[in-house]
Amino acid sequence: MKLPLPPLLIYALRRLLQAVPVVILIMVGTFLLLKLAPGDTVDALVGDMGGADAQFIARLRAEYGLDQPVYVQLWVYMTKLATFDFGWSFVYEQPVATVLWDRLGVTLLLMATSLSLAFTIGITLGAIAARRAYSLTDNVISTLGLVFYATPSFFLSLMMMLLFAVKLGWLPVGGIKTIAGFYTGWDHVLDVARHLVMPTAALSLIYLSFYLRLMRASVMEVAELDYVRTARAKGASEGRLMIHHIMRNALLPVVTLLGLQFSTVLGGSVVVETIFTLPGLGQLAYQSVVQRDMNTLMGIIFLCSIIVIVVNFATDLIYARLDSRIELK
Amino acid sequence: MMKTTMKRGSLLLAGVATLALGTAAQAQEEPKRGGTAVVHMISEQRTLNPALRASTGVYNISGKIVEPLIDRSYDGYEPVLATEWSGSDDGLTITVKLREGVKWHDGEDFACDDVAFTAMEMWKPLLNYSSALQSNLESVDCTDDHTAVFNYSKPMPLPLFVAAMPDLGHPMPKHLYEGTDILKNEYNTAPVGTGPFKFVEYERGQYVMAVRNEDYWREGYPYLDRIVWRFIKDKSAAAAALEAGEVHESGFIGVSMADIERLSNDDRFDVGTKGYENNVAHSTVEFNHRNEILANPKVRQAIHHALDIDYAIETIMRGFAAPGRGPVPKAGGANYTDDVTVYEYDVEKAKALLDEAGYPAGDDGIRFSLRHRPAPWGEYTQLWGEYFAQALAEVGIEVEILTNDAPGFLNGVYRDHDFDTANGWHQFRSDPAVSTMVWLRSGQPEGTPWTNQFGWKNEEIDQMIDDAASELDPEKRAEMYHEIQRKNQEILPVMFAIEHPFISVTNKKLKNHHNTPRWNSSSWYDLWLDE
Repeated sequence: MKLPLPPLLIYALRRLLQAVPVVILIMVGTFLLLKLAPGDTVDALVGDMGGADAQFIARLRAEYGLDQPVYVQLWVYMTKLATFDFGWSFVYEQPVATVLWDRLGVTLLLMATSLSLAFTIGITLGAIAARRAYSLTDNVISTLGLVFYATPSFFLSLMMMLLFAVKLGWLPVGGIKTIAGFYTGWDHVLDVARHLVMPTAALSLIYLSFYLRLMRASVMEVAELDYVRTARAKGASEGRLMIHHIMRNALLPVVTLLGLQFSTVLGGSVVVETIFTLPGLGQLAYQSVVQRDMNTLMGIIFLCSIIVIVVNFATDLIYARLDSRIELK
Repeated sequence: MMKTTMKRGSLLLAGVATLALGTAAQAQEEPKRGGTAVVHMISEQRTLNPALRASTGVYNISGKIVEPLIDRSYDGYEPVLATEWSGSDDGLTITVKLREGVKWHDGEDFACDDVAFTAMEMWKPLLNYSSALQSNLESVDCTDDHTAVFNYSKPMPLPLFVAAMPDLGHPMPKHLYEGTDILKNEYNTAPVGTGPFKFVEYERGQYVMAVRNEDYWREGYPYLDRIVWRFIKDKSAAAAALEAGEVHESGFIGVSMADIERLSNDDRFDVGTKGYENNVAHSTVEFNHRNEILANPKVRQAIHHALDIDYAIETIMRGFAAPGRGPVPKAGGANYTDDVTVYEYDVEKAKALLDEAGYPAGDDGIRFSLRHRPAPWGEYTQLWGEYFAQALAEVGIEVEILTNDAPGFLNGVYRDHDFDTANGWHQFRSDPAVSTMVWLRSGQPEGTPWTNQFGWKNEEIDQMIDDAASELDPEKRAEMYHEIQRKNQEILPVMFAIEHPFISVTNKKLKNHHNTPRWNSSSWYDLWLDE
């Protein structure tokens, strides 16, 4: 007897079950890898303090459970994780869940705006460049794309900061809000938006070039296919041709890239968040490595693997929507 | 060479001129009340309780909120929460009179109970450096609400006690800590003190904010409404924030040396080392004496001769430093002496010493190789490590540089002793007994940072250190430290190569800045903003 579940839900459940061992593997692997790095939280902490005596250090190690063998530490961590307990951050003196929750919003906002900007502007410019291949417009767009692609994000961020904050004074240097501004309501939203302009621009400009290049190549390829020629011969207008016949098929590889990039954009945001002092997950990840804050770092990795799995799932759904030949199974 | 000397001389002159003009102008200016001072912090401390963590990173913020018993001024020691102090003739008791009419930020009275509680529950068992300093502290008696008597089992020199108080003498409110798990107490990150500013909020990764304490015991102070400390990790971004006027001060070399040099030519900023006299550090070279080559004093002396210290000061430190003369810096006052052995830059002499020690150059010109770990405490130490490698190549010593981040470095050097030479900073804390001698005294437990990691042992020096720590006569005590310095410079267990204060970049809108020898750690009650 078959359960009357919609096929999409069955598909989703199966993907969810498949994800569990993947996540466990990721967490165990990362835990062991991190343990290989020389030094632990207590070393980092004592380094920050400028020295301490031996008893103090031994007591801290015992308190943090760092005097236990690695497999015990791993077991303790994994059993806690099974109940979604991320543990305590010894750096922030708060539960890891609280620390992560505080930071997640900023990073998701930054990632979502940058990627959607990069995606929409990238595919538009790519499509324009492809339709006017080898013209001046194409050359200008392609060269700009190449320049942004080749510029390291820290350099781009600093140059923007120098121009718009230091020289022109239009935008704030960093942070998420004006600290002693005490804005509320729409003033607060506007203030946060102003702080996000440069980081978003810096992050999206780097990724924009990927979409631009890929979309240009993809559109040029699809435009040569038989069905497009048929449509053109049947008298379809250029606009209709572009939107109904070319774009939809040319988008497939670009969507794949979008799914892939959602996972790498966190790496990019480490640099951007650090330079612009945005309190997001990227900066937190960097700090946690430097301070050997294992629990926080593991929490971030857990969160990211979940995000990647969800995005992969969403990509597959979009795929099936764009190309009805692809089945979900 | 001529050119660099000239430049340094004129810089110095220009500095004196601006200083003179600055003070003259300041004398005429009427302080303005109000305004928010914004300060750059390069790294974030996990706690803001100076009675649990002795670190300039903590004092930078907590110093405005929590006050010590005694602070440093350019004239000597300044009474803060203590008004008078005296020691008994046998050195076993120290009596401290406490200021009356002082209130904690939550409205409770500050009294002797708070001092006794903090001393026994935090300074002695929990505070780094202090637990060594106060190891002979038996009890603290309160003869009345405002008199604390410290009882010691071995003599405690009064000058040592007083010198330690600015860093290791912050009372905390007993009523908020008693009966709690002190290390996990919520007030460790939201301190309640008696200082000119009250803690408001700590947004991790972003900022800490404090506002004016309306009931401050110094009448009419503070001038500022608010202080905000912003955490900016990236040095270039911090320099941009200074230039854009979003941040008023960056201390402890919080921006790159290139930016420091650039901003020192900008009229809007004061750039200099004033205000760090009590935070002087040495750029050191540390030898692993477990390596038999380095255990030979001739080899260590040869290495010192191979280093051009003046060149390093001009290029790496951009002139903001002086050659080191042993474990105590000039800021050590009476305990400092420059009557010590000095090692001139002399490549030929270095080579001769190495030949003499029995390490002639091989066919490839190499005598032996060393594995060197530079401490990752920023630009200075990394460049100094690279210079060390290049300079030693000149005399036929091959140096391999091993780079680490902070925990990796501390582990590699202090726990695993996996190095031949290392270099880093060593910060002087007011009195040689507090942090310096820990370095030279053998028998320190392994794995503890900034203790004797070199495997160095010299019974004669150990004895001298122990005697000096409990000598009550200041003159005799100073003479003993001079002797330790002379001995150290002779046999070089550690090379205290360069003495350097830290550097601040300050927007000139801030007035009365850097007016104490540990300014970034002090209370800023008289700081004001001209906007």
